[in-house]
Amino acid sequence: MDWTVIARSLPQFTAGFWLTLKLSAIGILGSLIVGALVSLAQYFKLPGLRQLATVYIEISRNTPLLVQLFFIYYGLPGLGVKLSATVSGVFGLMFLGGSYMAEAFTSGYNAISKGQLESGRALGLTNVQLARYVVVPQGLAASVPALAANVIFLIKETSIFTVIAIPELTNTALDLIGLYYRSNEYLFVLVVAYAIILIPLSVGLTWLERRVRYGTFGN
Amino acid sequence: MAHSGIDLLFQGQNFARFLQGFGVTLRVAVITLVIGGVLGVVLGALRTLNNRPLQVILRLYLEIFRIVPTVVLLFVVYYIVPQVFHLEMSGEMVAIVTFALWTGAEMSDIVRGALIAVPKHQVESAQALGLNRLQQFRYVLLPQALPVALPGTINLATRIIKTTSLLLMISVMDIVNVGQTLVEANGHKHPAFAFWVYGIMFIMYYILCAPLSWWAKRIEKQRLERSNG
Repeated sequence: MDWTVIARSLPQFTAGFWLTLKLSAIGILGSLIVGALVSLAQYFKLPGLRQLATVYIEISRNTPLLVQLFFIYYGLPGLGVKLSATVSGVFGLMFLGGSYMAEAFTSGYNAISKGQLESGRALGLTNVQLARYVVVPQGLAASVPALAANVIFLIKETSIFTVIAIPELTNTALDLIGLYYRSNEYLFVLVVAYAIILIPLSVGLTWLERRVRYGTFGN
Repeated sequence: MAHSGIDLLFQGQNFARFLQGFGVTLRVAVITLVIGGVLGVVLGALRTLNNRPLQVILRLYLEIFRIVPTVVLLFVVYYIVPQVFHLEMSGEMVAIVTFALWTGAEMSDIVRGALIAVPKHQVESAQALGLNRLQQFRYVLLPQALPVALPGTINLATRIIKTTSLLLMISVMDIVNVGQTLVEANGHKHPAFAFWVYGIMFIMYYILCAPLSWWAKRIEKQRLERSNG
């Protein structure tokens, strides 16, 4: 292991590190929004939208991100839709993450007893009011562990962005290996970089889960 | 446009090569599942024992394989293992080793969870009947833990299938790589060709994974219904 090689590569890795973080953040935020909409469409059995949501979840969960990215980046231009690599990456991550987040939200909503829903309806609440005051506040707490697991999963999936040459962490390492053949050094930095992102996050999310459980159930 | 691109897929050897790539994908997935599954059952059983150092090591193994993205693991094995052990390994071999180690880690957690879900009095009764450790495992723990572990294992199988798409990155001619090659050879003449190739790839992965997902969902629901009445 040659430390000067590592030191010299740090500027590139720092850039890759921030790009990984940035794309993850945007992709995860988008996934949460898609997931919330999809799960509510399913929960309230909205006609039409519900079937669309089911088809989307089926496709998204049963195909790999790599194929989704290739389809968006190389396949869609055949239909006249041209997107840059970065935009394709973020859309791909949202397409994949949306269904995972939707399932996480749904499992949370299902923890709410049907009686509450019926009471809400009896009080004359509309679907939007039910979602706002009954389903989401309680369901959200129950879905935190699954949402947290998805956040970690999606950050790791950004490593696949390298196949469409987005210069995130993994791509940076592979590029450097291709140029200078120092695989030990660059892979070491790569693993450390992911550990720097994921270990504190994983600890933080576990802490959050515990807080939420305490706040909800008192144990 | 006389040519939408899709008929190119059926010209010459194109479709046969596509199916060949599909075969490679399937082979890697099945071998990974078998080796990783066995590894996971052994490690999962070991994780239920009361041995502190062993627990720490196995837990560390699991956490490392959980934290580091599979792509990165793949390249670590690809570059480091031949160097350190002076081994010539084919790309397919590298992939199987990496995926099996990752599957083993994930599987060990599923197996451990299922084993500790078996009520304690079951083991105590078995001991009272004079069954030895192996007999307890074979006749009491395994039959009760298996149904609990099954849905998770099937879901893991779909994850393995999806993970095989990474084979392309270490130049194994899997379905994605074959598709990529076909597009590179014909793509600029017929832009719509890429759409069809990746579309069909989408469908092929879906056909492999969807029935497994449905199956896992169904048995999980049945099990919950049975245990909740």
